[in-house]
Amino acid sequence: MTAFPTRTLAAGAKVSGAGQKLLAFASLLILVVGFSLASPNFLQTSNIMAILQATSVNGVLAVAATLVIITGGIDLSVGTLMTFCAVICGVVLTWWGMPLPVGILAAILAGAACGLVSGTIIARMKIPPFIATLGMMLMLKGLALIISGTRPIYFNSTPGFTQIAQGSLVGMVIPQLPIPNGVLLLFAVAGFAAWILARTVLGRYTYAIGSNEEAIRLSGVNTDAWKIAVYALAGGICGIAGILIAARLNSAQPALGQGYELDAIAAVVIGGTSLSGGRGTVLGTLIGALIMSVLTNGLRILSVAPEWQTVVTGAIIIVAVYADQLRRRRG
Amino acid sequence: MTRGKESMPTRRLVLGGIPATALLAASPIAMAQEKIYIPLISKGFQHQFWQAVKAGAEKAAAEYKVTISFEGPDNETMVDRQIDMLAAALAKKPTAIGFAALDSQAAIPLLQQAKSARIPVIAFDSGVESDIPVTTAATDNIAAAALAADKMAELIGGAGKVAVLVHDQTSRTGVDRRDGFVNRIKQAHPKIEIVAIEYGAGDHLKSTEITKAILQANPDLKGMFGANEGSAIGVANGAREMNRRLVIIGFDSGAAQKQAIRDGIMAGAITQNPVGIGYETVKAAVAAIKGEKVAPKIDTGFYYYDKSNLTDPRIAAVLYD
Repeated sequence: MTAFPTRTLAAGAKVSGAGQKLLAFASLLILVVGFSLASPNFLQTSNIMAILQATSVNGVLAVAATLVIITGGIDLSVGTLMTFCAVICGVVLTWWGMPLPVGILAAILAGAACGLVSGTIIARMKIPPFIATLGMMLMLKGLALIISGTRPIYFNSTPGFTQIAQGSLVGMVIPQLPIPNGVLLLFAVAGFAAWILARTVLGRYTYAIGSNEEAIRLSGVNTDAWKIAVYALAGGICGIAGILIAARLNSAQPALGQGYELDAIAAVVIGGTSLSGGRGTVLGTLIGALIMSVLTNGLRILSVAPEWQTVVTGAIIIVAVYADQLRRRRG
Repeated sequence: MTRGKESMPTRRLVLGGIPATALLAASPIAMAQEKIYIPLISKGFQHQFWQAVKAGAEKAAAEYKVTISFEGPDNETMVDRQIDMLAAALAKKPTAIGFAALDSQAAIPLLQQAKSARIPVIAFDSGVESDIPVTTAATDNIAAAALAADKMAELIGGAGKVAVLVHDQTSRTGVDRRDGFVNRIKQAHPKIEIVAIEYGAGDHLKSTEITKAILQANPDLKGMFGANEGSAIGVANGAREMNRRLVIIGFDSGAAQKQAIRDGIMAGAITQNPVGIGYETVKAAVAAIKGEKVAPKIDTGFYYYDKSNLTDPRIAAVLYD
């Protein structure tokens, strides 16, 4: 699942993944070992599964955010887009009574369509990504509330829906290892995104746009179209996150979602992706998302006061990015 | 390790009649013998209301010599974050759990897990739509808001226009307080017209702006009901900024709301008994652990207070700053 582009078009699109991933992975390991020593309740199958489950939604959102951030953009709408897609899924499955695959497809397509809109606003209307997606974030939040009638939509009439996140295919084969399906889905999404970045033209242009958009535009590449494609892809991935959170909660919660974009962005930067674009990996993001949920869970297990949990999480984000910068300067 | 524990059904069967504490003490991983630990997973922790619930829980914890922890998500929309907290609490192998569900259904799988591990669950603040919780310690919000409606009718002389500002339209307390107030007005006070029902997320500033807009649109408005602390403060602020006199009835307490009542800007407010909610939750948990009988519902009560009884010891005891 390495996410190196086989060749990069622009000179600046150097991807220094290995060092940062090693650093991030070491931090993750240190956290796990530390918490395990501090509390006997930490390193237990059920708790590890709880951590993985808690990572799944943020992880998928962070993968979507990674794609956009590598282009040098930002997507603040990932959280509320997730909610919007969950609501669409609820409308199709619960209100219209359509079969499960239709609901899943509808959520993903809704996400991709919204991503297409964001991308178009950014590329064609030349609105900065921060503002365009801020606007989308609010619009989608409002639309999710309007469509749902401000009430949660439950999936009780779709048997097996919750299995998408809560069931465990692995657990059916190996009972000792009940990895939730939601986590498999996260790995699948991450693998897919890593493959796009490493092996496809879209991936190469994603890095290239992030490192020097003007240069590749002048070399005759339709950067607008490629940028829109990246936002649409990220949107579709947010649709998957929507299905995931709906299956997790057995409901589409229309008011949820704002604030989730910041957790996703935090996972991306801890994983070594640069906010200035052109550099980053999906594997790094995955580790970043895991660091965040291990940290949150571990501090809870140690009964650290919630106020202090927030302080520690904030500090970790800064330390992680600083450590990455130090390594980069030396190397 | 958990798996190992779970795959000892025969042992659990033998111990079936013995309370959960004994079971925990008997299990090899229990850290200290007979140490009772009760985590409370709340809907929040930042608001003064939740701090008062926490204070009540801590009081009971000290009396019954048990350990508690108190935690909740940053805001009341974060259903999945609360579920993660519940999962972490279960991982700590608690003796009992207190839980104020943001969404009952979302929590069912974990509550089931608690049930199969024989960890008694006490619902607090709002009910959990499930038969798993041993009991629910909560305010009857519909009745409490109906009392606010009666007081409003009394103070505006039984007729005129009023407006309602609610914290949100998805949470149980938001819906219950809105419906409790609106339905009581419709049934018992037909000459009162409700001209607006708005939602301000319990945010002081947002609620202030909404109030000013309502006051602007309705020059003859006689009264407003703010359905939680933030909404009530917003209504008081809005009326103050617009320099308008009207009957304002709030909900819950807090230093700002108490001051507004003392100053005469607010007529009065309904207070729940947050300290009582926390206290009763821990008390019920201890009883459930000991295997004592617990009533299926614990009404933690509510009161109307105004300038006249603000310092009444019975009222003062349940108000918080």
